[in-house]
Amino acid sequence: METFLGIDYPTLWLLVLAGLFSGYAILDGFDFGAGAWHLFLKKEESRRIALNAVGPVWDGNEVWLVIGGGAMFAGFPVLYATLFSAMYIPFMLFLLFIIFRAISIEFRGKEKMLWWRKMWDISYSVSSIMLAFLLGVVLGNVLQGLPIGKDYSYHGGVFFYFLNPYAIMTGITTLALLMSHGAIFLLLKTEGKLYAKLALLLKKGIFFFIVSFGVTTLYTLVYIPHLSDRLMDNPILFIVPLLAFLSIANIPRLANKERYLSAFLFSSITISLLLALVAIELYPTLLRSSIDPKFNIDIYNAASSGKSLGVMLTIVAIGVPLMLGYTIFVYKTFWGKVKLDENSY
Amino acid sequence: MDIETLARIQFAFTISFHYIFPPLTIGLGLMMVIFESIYIRTHNKLYETLARFWTKIFALIFGIGVVTGIVMEFEFGTNWAAYSRYVGDVFGSALAAEGIFAFALESGFLGVLLFGWNRVKPWVHLLSTIGVFLGSLFSAIWIVVANSWQQTPAGYHIVGEGINARAEITGFWAMVFNPSSVDRVTHVWLGALLAGAFIVLSVHAYYLLKGKHIEISKKAFKIALVVATIFSLVQLFTGHNSAEGVAQYQPAKLATLEGHFEKSGPADMYLFGWVDKENQEVTGLKIPGGLSFLLEYDFNAPVTGLNAFPEDERPSAVNAVFQFYHIMIAIGMFMIGLTLFAVFLWWRGRLFDKRWLLWAFVISVILPQIANQTGWFAAEMGRQPWVVYGLLRTSEAFSQAVSANQIVFSLILFFVVYALLFLLFIYLLNKKIKQGPYSKDGLGNQPYEKNTANILTEN
Ligand code: HDD
Ligand code: HEM
Ligand code: HEM
Repeated sequence: METFLGIDYPTLWLLVLAGLFSGYAILDGFDFGAGAWHLFLKKEESRRIALNAVGPVWDGNEVWLVIGGGAMFAGFPVLYATLFSAMYIPFMLFLLFIIFRAISIEFRGKEKMLWWRKMWDISYSVSSIMLAFLLGVVLGNVLQGLPIGKDYSYHGGVFFYFLNPYAIMTGITTLALLMSHGAIFLLLKTEGKLYAKLALLLKKGIFFFIVSFGVTTLYTLVYIPHLSDRLMDNPILFIVPLLAFLSIANIPRLANKERYLSAFLFSSITISLLLALVAIELYPTLLRSSIDPKFNIDIYNAASSGKSLGVMLTIVAIGVPLMLGYTIFVYKTFWGKVKLDENSY
Repeated sequence: MDIETLARIQFAFTISFHYIFPPLTIGLGLMMVIFESIYIRTHNKLYETLARFWTKIFALIFGIGVVTGIVMEFEFGTNWAAYSRYVGDVFGSALAAEGIFAFALESGFLGVLLFGWNRVKPWVHLLSTIGVFLGSLFSAIWIVVANSWQQTPAGYHIVGEGINARAEITGFWAMVFNPSSVDRVTHVWLGALLAGAFIVLSVHAYYLLKGKHIEISKKAFKIALVVATIFSLVQLFTGHNSAEGVAQYQPAKLATLEGHFEKSGPADMYLFGWVDKENQEVTGLKIPGGLSFLLEYDFNAPVTGLNAFPEDERPSAVNAVFQFYHIMIAIGMFMIGLTLFAVFLWWRGRLFDKRWLLWAFVISVILPQIANQTGWFAAEMGRQPWVVYGLLRTSEAFSQAVSANQIVFSLILFFVVYALLFLLFIYLLNKKIKQGPYSKDGLGNQPYEKNTANILTEN
């Protein structure tokens, strides 16, 4: 099998995928989080400022999802096909909300009637909440494993299988994490009264996250033991959850000092570390079969050929620096507190 | 209905809806680049106004294109799982390239294009507009390359057997430059540029008819007319190249496009007609030997007919494919006629004298849209019963894990949501057009009224 620096191609591609998905979770994550708070902001002006904080960047952020999805299709077609068709309903709902999230941002400001704006505010906020929740739900299902049989066939229920207790827990935890993350982002973009209000909301958000995270972690340790096997066997890996805990603990500390840029950095690091933890626990498995481990989908039986992965690694090596370049350029252009002008939403 | 049919309906519905928007994005991208470049060179404010006006409309279109596009990407996995496993190795790389090279460029610069007017220097803004336009052109390349690979596979070999068989890539460039890619990418590009030019023509012709924004509309109309005339003409050639390619690599499709059943020469070409599949007859207006001539430059050359292929290796909806194809061509011809006539009047200095002509342009905005849709329908239905031509059948390609009820659910969902989207789109588009290029509020946002702000008292 082809390798680069001693790492085989499928593992490299898993790293690419992990990078893309954590990029997505961090970037669109703050959009979802900001949107989830939307109805808590009461004044028209506050809502507009909050919308315009994400206005110039949400589309660029969403591209990380498009690329992540494409990278999964390209690198692990078997995973892409099996996961997406098995999780049909949650993915369709995800699409529904991603549509409503986007058009709410676009359409809200186009009419001045109160009912019009209220309607889009509700649609925007509900969509953002549901998107964060559904991301967590899918993650929860992946963590537990799905009833996958021979030839990657799916044997689970059709409509509501995805809504099991564990998935709901991970869904809520994800929502809470992204809400804290989004509040921090908004704090970076606002001033005055709105800023003071958001600082209070952030405190609630962090509390909500720490409680739900604690419950989910305990549940995982007790009921889904296979998710801690690897850590138990290789104690050195405990460094990852340890760092994650430290980084989580750091967020309220920095928030208290109003050092929101650092707090944002640490909430981003938290997101990446938690995803890294998932990857470490599962590796090299991608999707566990709850029927029989021999039907597991792992990075080897799911991967594209070495030739194809090689081509794509080249594409990534050329493309990702470019992508980071545009991202930095855009964020620099819109750096600082939101100022409403005639081009705003 | 069976799962396969439902999945096909859903795919056709969602992709057709998606495909209303990207051609406009691509086409308007070019128009915006032209307007803004003229502004930078001449410093004439009028062109800046034009660029800003069309940017607002662009924003509306782009938003819907993006969300409906994400649906398409998910749908390969949700509804066509077997197909995704089969093709992932080969054309996954085209999709990955699309995301990384095209969408990132496009969406990255979009923020600056829409919100950056007052934040960056004019030339940086122009560069952003160009970035968005190039990004949209690139995205068309990769997705059409992926689709062309399905039509005329190349640069692959088959590995594994039965349900585990799949295509693996052997040559990236052979895959990218498969026999139909170049013809189809250029044909699709021009179709998109025409869509953009015609919407500009339509809106400004409307202003002229209403006696509004006269000066700016005359300028915009002339520029768009030049673009529309050139590309209508060139489209004929790229379409012809495609047809030759189809004749060579997908003879069953070509025979379907023309309703040609028996191998015979001379083979006729129909201007319009009706195919009776049972009796293998076409009634309509034809150019005797036209097809032979177009393909072989000889009015008597024999052309392979549908009967040369077994019943289960040729498309069943012969008449539908025939009609879609002929609608596209008729529209192409009509657009050539219309634009050349307008150019002729322009040359005689009477371009804006004929009201009926301006009305014709107002309505013509729909023509490239119809041609784009029918073109794809002909190309995709003419490829049946194969998903990957000659390798994988559509009946083997859909997701086994998904039940008919689930697809009915999602189909209804898409239907309702897209209907709503479309109504909102038309409503807002209409409003933007009514407001006109000189409307003061930036992206069309009304400043919120005092009472809106007061009712909501808390922070
Ligand atoms: C990269 C792939 C790709 C691309 C760019 C397109 N399609 Fe496609 N299309 C497919 C991949 C595909 C497919 C997944 O392979 C389908 C699903 C079922 C089938 O037979 O082919 C299909 C089917 C399909 C059908 C149903 C045909 C039938 O069932 O008889 C229609 C009407 C279209 N497409 C229309 C379009 C339009 C309007 C497109 C322009 C945007 C388009 N397709 C681009
Ligand atoms: C099944 C096929 C298709 C898939 C999977 C697909 C996927 C997507 C996705 C995911 C997006 C959103 C990107 C973003 O977030 O910025 C998008 C937008 C876009 N797509 Fe498609 N697409 C398909 C067909 C096409 C075709 C055939 C074309 C052009 C010829 C096209 C051109 C574009 C363009 C230009 C955009 C930018 C947004 C817009 O123009 O509205 N797409 N597409
Ligand atoms: C004027 C004469 C035209 C000819 C001879 C022509 C020919 C063709 C042919 C043969 C195909 C099928 C290609 C395939 O199956 O691979 C096709 C597809 C298509 N046509 Fe045309 N066409 C013409 C005009 C137009 C116009 C005016 C438009 C749009 C404004 C258009 C848009 C399309 C599109 C979007 C497709 C599907 C994509 C593709 O397969 O390339 N065509 N055309």
